[in-house]
Amino acid sequence: MCKKKITCPAWAFPMILVLLLLSSFSLSASDKPTGKFEPGSFIIEHVSDAHSWHILTYKEHDVSIPLPVILYDDGKVICFLSSKFEHGHAAYRGYALGFTRETKGKIVKLTGKHAGYSGELHDKEALSESVDIENMPIDFSITKNVVSLFVSIFLMIWIFLYVAKQYKNRPNKAPHGLQSFIEMIIVFVRDEIARPSIGETRYVKYLPYLLTLFFFILLNNLMGLIPFFPGGANLTGNLAVTGILALITFILTLCSSNKGYWKHTFNTPGAPWWLKIPVPLLPTIELVGVLTKPVVLAIRLFANILGGHIIVIGIISLIFIMGQNVAPAAGYGFSIVSIFFYLFMGLLEMIVAFVQSLVFTLLSAMYIGMAREESHEDNHIETEGHSATSLSTEL
Amino acid sequence: MELITPSFGLIFWMLLGFGILFFVLAKFAWPVIIKMLSEREKHIEEQLSAANLVREDMSRLQSEHQRLLVEAKEERDKILADARKLREKLAEETKAKANEEANAIIAEAKQAIHFEKMKAMVEIKNEIANLSIEIAEKVLRHELSDKTQQETLVSRWMQEVNLN
Repeated sequence: MCKKKITCPAWAFPMILVLLLLSSFSLSASDKPTGKFEPGSFIIEHVSDAHSWHILTYKEHDVSIPLPVILYDDGKVICFLSSKFEHGHAAYRGYALGFTRETKGKIVKLTGKHAGYSGELHDKEALSESVDIENMPIDFSITKNVVSLFVSIFLMIWIFLYVAKQYKNRPNKAPHGLQSFIEMIIVFVRDEIARPSIGETRYVKYLPYLLTLFFFILLNNLMGLIPFFPGGANLTGNLAVTGILALITFILTLCSSNKGYWKHTFNTPGAPWWLKIPVPLLPTIELVGVLTKPVVLAIRLFANILGGHIIVIGIISLIFIMGQNVAPAAGYGFSIVSIFFYLFMGLLEMIVAFVQSLVFTLLSAMYIGMAREESHEDNHIETEGHSATSLSTEL
Repeated sequence: MELITPSFGLIFWMLLGFGILFFVLAKFAWPVIIKMLSEREKHIEEQLSAANLVREDMSRLQSEHQRLLVEAKEERDKILADARKLREKLAEETKAKANEEANAIIAEAKQAIHFEKMKAMVEIKNEIANLSIEIAEKVLRHELSDKTQQETLVSRWMQEVNLN
């Protein structure tokens, strides 16, 4: 219909992927030109949250986007840019980036003789005594992950309002452009996840949440695979994010539970009485099961995405390990191997991105469905849930 | 350690951000999309069943059409056959009539010929009688010219009469 649309050949997408991987390699390659390369801290630094968005290091000069630091301390809100910390080399108004082992990545408050201190942190040994671990400021900073979160939220609102407009403007017409890609997933979530897991007619109420969940996880998984700004943050590989998502699912499960669900939990029909009285063995196990479901949900997504990131950065680190410990030529030579490994991992992570968003959404839908199900249908749903769980643990 | 200790700030922003995202999408995007999707699905289903109905109609019409065509053909054949029969009958009738007429004409002609023949015979007879009378007259006249002969004759007639 629309002839002016740019036609995208089949090889364009893999090509773009390769370009992205190559560009990330060049960025990573310039990361630490001098000094001893420490793969451990390098990897942890890349998958952790940060108060500034590091882009590259050029001639021992860090290029990064400073992000706002927002602290709530002693009833006061303190705001400043993270560039004041000079990548951990300076304190500002008595606050500094944590430099001890247990405060790494956090913002600490300096007390005692260093209270309100602004300036360079010369003697970290001496300063560590004035760090107040008991009384840390509450950190509301717009960190790298928060920026990534905002970008993804903005993108999602933009995409879906646009798609909604397309639907409104083209009623009863074939989907077109972005709409057709989105529709594919929407129909999948509706017909393959929500409807069979929650049940006919009842699924409608939960569909908006499941759709938001699926697209949020998918978009952030994919954005995490893009190696440069505004992608590359490890948002879905962060326990806080997956934990909140799992918590929302848990609350929804509790809110939609019926009497049958709790009867099944505390007084399992069909189980021998001596498993319930005098020692409530089975109810305890069932209750623990109820509580572990969201925990497992959070950890599965977190671990999968974090693991993927760690492997990818580890593969890139191999280049520098080879270059520094064997010979520079070995580093160059190994980079070819690394790129192939990276390509493979990148493609695998693309699959994982889709599979994990599917698994999270599917299990959320199943938990909600189980809480609403009549008790006699519980077994059926549970076996399905177990097969999906085993599938996800394999991945 | 920092990887598995969720930071409070991120939890806060995540709750707020995801809440806003869910609110906005659930209010402005999902209802529209889901409604339009199901509407379109219903529309497609309706159109498909309508198309099926039309197709059935079409096939029914076509079969009817076919039937009409066959019937028309049969009728045409019948009409043609009737016409041929009629023509043959007419031709036969005409032929018979012509024969009859010819026969009648021939019979009439025969009758006329017969009649003419009879007339000619009668005339010939009359002529012959006249001629014989004339000849007899002449003979008589020639024979009775002398007396003796007249007398012999009379005497013979007399004898004959006597004999009778």
